[in-house]
Amino acid sequence: MTAPNLIWLLAGVGGILVIATVVGEMLRLRLSPDRTNPVIENLNARIAAWWVMVGLLAIAFMAGKVGVVVLFALCSFAALREFLTLTAYDRADHWSLVASFFLILPLQYYLVMIDWYGMYAVFIPVYVFLLLPVLSAFQGTAREFLTRVSETQWALMICVYCVSHVPALLFLQIPGFEGRNVILIAYLIFVVQLSDVMQYVWGRLVGRRKIAPQLSPSKTWEGMIGGVLTATVAGTALWWMTPFLPLQAAVLCLVITMMGFFGGLVMSAVKRDKGIKDWGHLIAGHGGFIDRLDSVIFAAPIFFHITRYYWSLT
Amino acid sequence: MIRSFRDLLARVVGQVISLFARFVTAPRAIWLGIEPVQRQRLYFANHTSNGDFVLLWTVLPGPIRHRTRPVAALDYWLSSPLRAFIGCYVFNAVLIDRRPEARTEDPVTQMVSALDDGFSLILFPEGRRNISQDALLPFKSGLYHLATRRPDVDLVPVWIANLNKVLPKGHVVPVPLLCILTFGAPLRLLPGETKDVFLARASASLLALGQNARPSAP
Repeated sequence: MTAPNLIWLLAGVGGILVIATVVGEMLRLRLSPDRTNPVIENLNARIAAWWVMVGLLAIAFMAGKVGVVVLFALCSFAALREFLTLTAYDRADHWSLVASFFLILPLQYYLVMIDWYGMYAVFIPVYVFLLLPVLSAFQGTAREFLTRVSETQWALMICVYCVSHVPALLFLQIPGFEGRNVILIAYLIFVVQLSDVMQYVWGRLVGRRKIAPQLSPSKTWEGMIGGVLTATVAGTALWWMTPFLPLQAAVLCLVITMMGFFGGLVMSAVKRDKGIKDWGHLIAGHGGFIDRLDSVIFAAPIFFHITRYYWSLT
Repeated sequence: MIRSFRDLLARVVGQVISLFARFVTAPRAIWLGIEPVQRQRLYFANHTSNGDFVLLWTVLPGPIRHRTRPVAALDYWLSSPLRAFIGCYVFNAVLIDRRPEARTEDPVTQMVSALDDGFSLILFPEGRRNISQDALLPFKSGLYHLATRRPDVDLVPVWIANLNKVLPKGHVVPVPLLCILTFGAPLRLLPGETKDVFLARASASLLALGQNARPSAP
């Protein structure tokens, strides 16, 4: 499923990364020759991690639908592992947690894979929501029961349900766009992640007024507006590879970049509540999987449903 | 050095167990008070799950790992042929008998002779898995006797966070959750220090690491 436009987009991203790598190395030569400047070292670690992430995405795209579904199932697994590490817990929850990882997660992605929309859209919000607390209740202890079942449900919604809407884009049926759905995924991720990166860049360059100093010291109005606008302009300029007209693309980009920003904000609040700085340590320079995915998590279901409602036959 | 098919198999099984531990817990080692270098040490850690020493063994860098032996209970590890193979050949455990009436060898002497062979040791001074609400059970005296008999070996406290959630006692299916192992500053027996004072100090140093260890700290 290699559409020519996908090659263009990947080549473009590769070009951006080459430039970023060169700039990062030049900054290191000038400001951190002994590798001790934490900002420069973090920047270079982030760029190196981006190469790996883009490489893995490209491989998954080449491998077709199964590859993409499996990649995002693995991302869900890593994210869920980070999230459930922090949630309220009792020994009685052991089987609920085992079920979350080894039953609910694979089943959700299986339902996406067989394109059973009517089921995967309600599986976690309805069936799991009602039945998983029953499993915990049968184990018999009431201590912090509501907190425990709520936090587990929240973890599954964020890490499994929302993330699974990324590969679900592959199965929309858009007239005139057949066989190119993978572009929707690449487009969503590119626009949302570009917004994240540009929020970071604008914030570092001109950011002054903090949006929520109690939640996240790095989020500023200047960064947010600069990032959202830059990504929206870039996304609109790429309208020709999507099923959308330029104005439609602009509105969609604005929606998903704003959702991405909200995702970062909400997940910062959760982190602050739990007293941590990063969700994990597996992506060098970025933190954990949820640190990198939070914006996509919030943008994907909305992007999916708008596209499905207005453009898809199914 | 690989001398036989059995050694090769042990090496492969060790890698598989290690890989599985990484898949389930993505363990992260934080070397807070000491560096991971090839020196003889006695690592002592809190004990909440059967996965404890597997995880500690997994995060030690390869060359150090091969010179490190866990101290484990003979009655557990010799209870089936598979466990015996894993205990004796994969982990090269120092198996001690917890039943004083049945044992033929003194556990402290066994551990001292492993130290004298140049190995580092992994020891759980609580003596059994902690399923109480307390962070640590009182230490057994073994740590003190080792410190008395080999006073020039560094005693390194290691706090293992979260593993009791991954594999609570009585369960065999692990829940994949992140684990952090914090290595603290080494201890030695001070001149004239009594057993109780020393064990309290060792216990406090381990507990202090535990209080710093948040799931994602530094």
